[in-house]
Amino acid sequence: MTDIMTKFTSYIGKRLPTDIKEKLADLREAETNPMANVLFDSMAENQEAADKLNRPSCQDTGVIQYFITAGAKFPLLGELEDILRNATLGATKLGPLRHNAVEAFDEKNTGTNTGSRIPWLDWEIVPNDDSVTIDVYMAGGGCTLPGASTVLMPGQGYEGVVDFVFDVVTSRGVNACPPLLIGVGVSTSAETAARLSKKAILRPVGSQHGNANAAKMETLLEDGLNELGIGPQGLTGNSSVMGVNIESSARHPSTIGVAVSTGCWAHRRGRIRFNADLSYEIVSHEGVVL
Amino acid sequence: MKKILTTPIKDEDLADLNVGDIVYLTGRLVTCRDVAHRRLIEQKRQLPVDLKGGAIFHAGPIVRKTDEGDFEMVSIGPTTSMRMEKFEKQFIKETGVKLIIGKGGMGPETVAGCAEDKAVHAVFPGGCAVLAATKVERIEGAEWQDLGMPETMWVNKVNEFGPLIISIDTKGNNLFEQNKARFNEKKGPILERIKSQVGFIR
Repeated sequence: MTDIMTKFTSYIGKRLPTDIKEKLADLREAETNPMANVLFDSMAENQEAADKLNRPSCQDTGVIQYFITAGAKFPLLGELEDILRNATLGATKLGPLRHNAVEAFDEKNTGTNTGSRIPWLDWEIVPNDDSVTIDVYMAGGGCTLPGASTVLMPGQGYEGVVDFVFDVVTSRGVNACPPLLIGVGVSTSAETAARLSKKAILRPVGSQHGNANAAKMETLLEDGLNELGIGPQGLTGNSSVMGVNIESSARHPSTIGVAVSTGCWAHRRGRIRFNADLSYEIVSHEGVVL
Repeated sequence: MKKILTTPIKDEDLADLNVGDIVYLTGRLVTCRDVAHRRLIEQKRQLPVDLKGGAIFHAGPIVRKTDEGDFEMVSIGPTTSMRMEKFEKQFIKETGVKLIIGKGGMGPETVAGCAEDKAVHAVFPGGCAVLAATKVERIEGAEWQDLGMPETMWVNKVNEFGPLIISIDTKGNNLFEQNKARFNEKKGPILERIKSQVGFIR
């Protein structure tokens, strides 16, 4: 499993997931602004070169994060932390990945992409299941910088959520390599909203929240942000975002926690599912050979 | 025809450039980001590379050592330039750098620096790091390697490196500020329309 996760972690730095690839192709097709066309062409040329030369498509391969949805009966549950740490070490050499783990306060780059609590592991345990689904996420500094979380008063309502999302995207999103995938968490506190906003950008582009009001808000935000015409790299164009995904939880009656996470156009994430016998399926990328 | 800037860049090479123009760079390009800026400005340390008439790239690349012991550029894309805003004006003054390449916009201090000491800021498309690496002919030097791979000052020989979109010119224009004003102008009516439809709390 370590070997497969090493190869998979390295792989997702090089090829974009199928949903992102298709969305970018659609946006490129619909673009009419000449400068935006130059940029979309460079992006396509870059992905071809990354594929041909077998190199990470963006130099910033991020601090590696794994989001684990594990069945309580998955046989290697106790070993997973070590497996993923070793996979990060291996992928750093195999990629190669840039060394991005800097120990806080000591301010030393570890040179291995591992460090205190890094790779970052996010756990969700599912009862009565013996499989595990792992999302690997490689976010660069640029698309991590706009991340923000706050707690609104109920009087500000969902209108306040809309203001917050637009503020984040227009003030800091332009530097995050648009067209962006916007994740919004609507929840009870700063940290629960933040976590959900990250989970939201792990969801496929074009997927919808199960609640009708939330799904409506996803569409309204996506259309509204696109109307701004931020364009690739914030240099204007017909689009601003690849999509807006909202994840939510119940909230305290007196609070509306809201957070925004942004994924850049080079949204490097991958989803892999292991069965109890360690046979696996790659969910995010079509036609992968590891 | 492709407009190509060649290092060392002279003031007159930049005089006709306007925001939104697309250019390419041939010559020497040095990576330079947060810590190198801090060391020069805050710690008053001398840079290990002469940047007069030169070009810097706000970037932290992936580099590997070849079997012969040379460095090979694997992947090198731009990083967020705004992080260097605090230092860039003085950096331009002290080093004589003429071309600053990065990602996203920079602020009023850099605009002032570019106007006073005749320099420009240009954007290389973010996330296009392999495309950029294919324009690096070789790595000629690696200074301050104690800072680790992203922060080392990598000295590169590049050929027709681009596309570079001029975002700050020598006349005080700032493309990202112009765009920002445009986005803000559009924002008001869009927000009103969306907000009228999300009054879920009743």
